[in-house]
Amino acid sequence: MNWLTSFFAWLVEFFGNGDNWAGSGGIPARLLEHLEFSALALLLAVLIAVPLGLVIGHTGRGEVLVVISANLARALPTLGLLVMFVLLLGTASIWPVIIPLVLLSVPPILVNTYEGVKGVDPELRDAAYGMGLRGGQVLGRVLVPVALPLILLGCRLSAIQVVATTTVASYTGLGGLGRYVIDGFATKDYASVVGGSVLIVLFALVVQVLFALAQRVAVSPGVSQRSKVR
Amino acid sequence: MGDGPPSIWEWIGRNWDTGRVDSISNLLTDHLTMSLVPIVLALVLALPLGLACVRWRWLYQPTSGFMNVVYALPSLPVFMLLISVTGLSQTTVIIPLTFYGMAVLIPAVVDGLNSVPDHVRQSAVAMGFTPLRRLLQVELPIAVPVVLAGMRVVAVSSISLVSVGALIGQGGLGGLFTRAYQNPFMPPVIVGIVLIVALALVADGLLVLAQRLLTPWVRARKGTAS
Repeated sequence: MNWLTSFFAWLVEFFGNGDNWAGSGGIPARLLEHLEFSALALLLAVLIAVPLGLVIGHTGRGEVLVVISANLARALPTLGLLVMFVLLLGTASIWPVIIPLVLLSVPPILVNTYEGVKGVDPELRDAAYGMGLRGGQVLGRVLVPVALPLILLGCRLSAIQVVATTTVASYTGLGGLGRYVIDGFATKDYASVVGGSVLIVLFALVVQVLFALAQRVAVSPGVSQRSKVR
Repeated sequence: MGDGPPSIWEWIGRNWDTGRVDSISNLLTDHLTMSLVPIVLALVLALPLGLACVRWRWLYQPTSGFMNVVYALPSLPVFMLLISVTGLSQTTVIIPLTFYGMAVLIPAVVDGLNSVPDHVRQSAVAMGFTPLRRLLQVELPIAVPVVLAGMRVVAVSSISLVSVGALIGQGGLGGLFTRAYQNPFMPPVIVGIVLIVALALVADGLLVLAQRLLTPWVRARKGTAS
């Protein structure tokens, strides 16, 4: 039980220290940075992956791209990619770090958007055309709403990835909650390591809860079968 | 050789087997240990848990809920929190990776077993198979493709995820990335990325091969159909 008592002692030391709550290195500022970087990367990934997935799923062209990107994103080591971009582009701006974050979070959204559109019942698609809707309208009014659960699943998986990678990115100088962990580890300040780790874990859990809520709110009741279609 | 920085091949030759802990061959061995152990452990643990979830259906909801939460935890802070329990050892990397693997494999085992058609199960019962023989000779073989699809995801992501352990000094080939960052130099990064992706491809290929060997009827059926 020795480690448990020191664990709580570190937590008290970290969260009880008034200095840790103020200024540019304080918890609120670091939390906001983590949120900013994660949200920016996820937003860019959504802007790239959702339209691309919709088009590939709808037209059936470029399916190889989806498969390759999915496999490659899983195999590529995040830390290696981060270090490579920073060595190539320097650390003058945050972009050398944001680019790999976006690259790694595109594939889950792309794959799931593609699968979602691809998996729409062909009869449903034909019915929409039969009702006189044109290609773009079918996509927007039928395919997207029906594929939405999978699109949101892709975004959720990407968010998991982004929050984790933003933490690792602190090693290459990015701000955010990872700073407490990386700097604390380097200076053997274990209160900072443990406190920072707990904050990141809580942050990741809150993000997951938000995505679960978004899914309930955004997905049409008919699609999620919360109300029976008669 | 000359005065300029060494070429990537020179660098590999000089660092492959220096006898030190951070020689490439040593890092490669460490990397294999820290990724293969969680892959195997995750399968060994996920099989009985998945079976239990199929046998007692009420277990599945809480188990998959818990595993979803586990899967969402970023690896670096989990490593850091484990250090106070397991120290700066390979175990600190192996435990979380095992859990991530289980988060993928338990649903795969459950889906695989649920994919056994009812008439097949009933035929086995009618032929006098005991529950254990039915499981081993009928249900598990039918579940193989779904479970192996999960294994491919787990193998590839474990192999790449080990490298994050470099931030606590236990990252196998990931150690090349931290070394390259501290002493800005590109060759180790390239070598690390290429070796990790190559390991992932080999593991993936072996699992595809395993699937062909374990499910010979899939090809046999295709053969008669054509």
